[in-house]
Amino acid sequence: MTTLFTILFDGVAYGMLLFVLACGLAVTLGLMNFVNLAHGAFAMAGGYVCAVLVNRSGVPFFAALPAAFLASAAIGLVAERLLYRHLYRRSPLDQVLFTIGLVFMAVTVADYLMGSSQTFIHIPDSLQGQINVFGVGVGRYRLMIIVICGLLTLALQLILMKTRFGSRLRAAVDDPRAAGGLGINVPYVFALTFAFGSGLAGLGGALGAEILGLDPYFPLKFMIYFLIVVTVGGASTITGPFLAALLLGIADVAGKYYVPKLGAFVIYTVMIVILIWKPHGLFGRTAAR
Amino acid sequence: MNSDRIVGALALKRSRWGWGETAFWLVAAASILLFSDRYLILTEMAWLGLFALSLDLILGYAGIVSLGHAAFFGVGAYAAGLLAVHGIVREPALALVAAGLAAMALGFVTSFLVIRGAELSQLMVTLGIALLLRELANRFSDITGGFDGLQGIVIDPVLGLFAFDLYGRTGFIYCLVVLFVLFLVARMIVHSPFGLSLRAIRNNPLRAAAIGIPVNRRLVAIYAISAFYAGVAGALFTQTTALASLDVFSFERSADLLLVLVIGGAGYLYGGLVGAVIFRLLQDVFSSWTPQFWQFWIGLVLVLIVLVGRERMYRGILWLPRQLGARLGKAKPAPSPGGGGA
Repeated sequence: MTTLFTILFDGVAYGMLLFVLACGLAVTLGLMNFVNLAHGAFAMAGGYVCAVLVNRSGVPFFAALPAAFLASAAIGLVAERLLYRHLYRRSPLDQVLFTIGLVFMAVTVADYLMGSSQTFIHIPDSLQGQINVFGVGVGRYRLMIIVICGLLTLALQLILMKTRFGSRLRAAVDDPRAAGGLGINVPYVFALTFAFGSGLAGLGGALGAEILGLDPYFPLKFMIYFLIVVTVGGASTITGPFLAALLLGIADVAGKYYVPKLGAFVIYTVMIVILIWKPHGLFGRTAAR
Repeated sequence: MNSDRIVGALALKRSRWGWGETAFWLVAAASILLFSDRYLILTEMAWLGLFALSLDLILGYAGIVSLGHAAFFGVGAYAAGLLAVHGIVREPALALVAAGLAAMALGFVTSFLVIRGAELSQLMVTLGIALLLRELANRFSDITGGFDGLQGIVIDPVLGLFAFDLYGRTGFIYCLVVLFVLFLVARMIVHSPFGLSLRAIRNNPLRAAAIGIPVNRRLVAIYAISAFYAGVAGALFTQTTALASLDVFSFERSADLLLVLVIGGAGYLYGGLVGAVIFRLLQDVFSSWTPQFWQFWIGLVLVLIVLVGRERMYRGILWLPRQLGARLGKAKPAPSPGGGGA
């Protein structure tokens, strides 16, 4: 019973982390129909920014997290304005080639700057160890991840549903031309959304360095996980990818615990089956474009 | 009808050998004597060219995109390796066919998953299948050797006559002959009515179905054929290097392959071969600049190609040959890649 609870807890933490990492991709891939395989590169950038700030400059961990968000968001904004926006109308093949090129470059640049070995971020003592909840040991770091990511998810949902920007974004995604006709500055909305998504990825990369590991191959290793979250979750809502990320997290942790030899095999199979069975995702609308 | 005959005549005319093609293969054959100290890199070009040719068959002719073509390459590589290690089929050329057939079987089975979706889900499904196979190969490490790869691959002489030598001369000639034979077959396939129907499907599947082309069956067929080619390429890799490790399924291999085909241009068969030569030379140059970080330049090339635009790049490169062709009058200009014929 205790192990079951621990697995569930770790799985939820892992899933929440995946959600924060991937939700930017849910917008670009799901809503803007742009195949961005380089999404993990933004996450990696956030992770390294956090690592450099904490390890070399002695900035407190909690101050480095917003810095990681801002750095990745800035990189995302520049990349969107300079490069990505020219490719929105290209074929998926072009987008794939382009973003693979970006991934290769990001991997080697990270290797060049930070070395090819794993980078660890010094987390403060207050986050290490476990606390006891009803006789079950709960990792403090994972608890923090669940709290932060849970709050973020709520905030995202509120922004998307209640604010003016959220309704503009939804309108721009539903029909860019009509939205433009109504006076919504569609490129501006997209650029801001892209930057925000990249920033979230960066934050996820910084938070996840402890759990997922951080090395130059991060964008390649986790690319498929992000894609699974988006394709399985569908992209018409925030809740779809969120549930998919939770499922993926729990399944992955449970799979590694109970059938360690199978590895990621189960997850890939599930992804292919779902793609064949429901091309728009488990929780997606069928009438997506 | 009259138009029938014109179309048929045009198709026949296009399928005839041009002087450019003959020259290409003469140069390829001459490279055996000309670059006798560079056999290893030439061998790599040969199997990479065959691998790219297999992607060209589905991408350039049938419009199926794949981000996991390494799956078939890997199956071919492991099949050839296992056949050699366990001494099931000792003769390399026979093992080559067997490995190709193994990959073809996989291609046939997975084709039903791949052809269902639009471009995006094709990319995802092919990627997923390649990753899945890598995971499987890792899981059954008692058969595949896991991360260390297959140990103790010894390849017998080809046809029992030509032993593989240290300089790779036999290996290269063997690869080149296989490449040439399979190229001839591919050339026949794409110029046959079957190949023409594939182009019709690529250009407009709905219309192709309306004129009575069994779209799905044709796509399954070409996908399986392409998988055979990729499997043979993988088997050539294993036989010439005596290596088969998890790396054969890697995502980078599929991604590099796309770059090879994009450099050479899809849809005229020579794209993969030309692309393989250029890609390998580029890789050589890049790794002599910055040994550890050559992938950065490969990435940069990809980014630049897409930003410039593939069509524009080919037009720019083919401008001079076309002008020359027009000057010479009767000599045909180089066929247009990517655009999909006249």
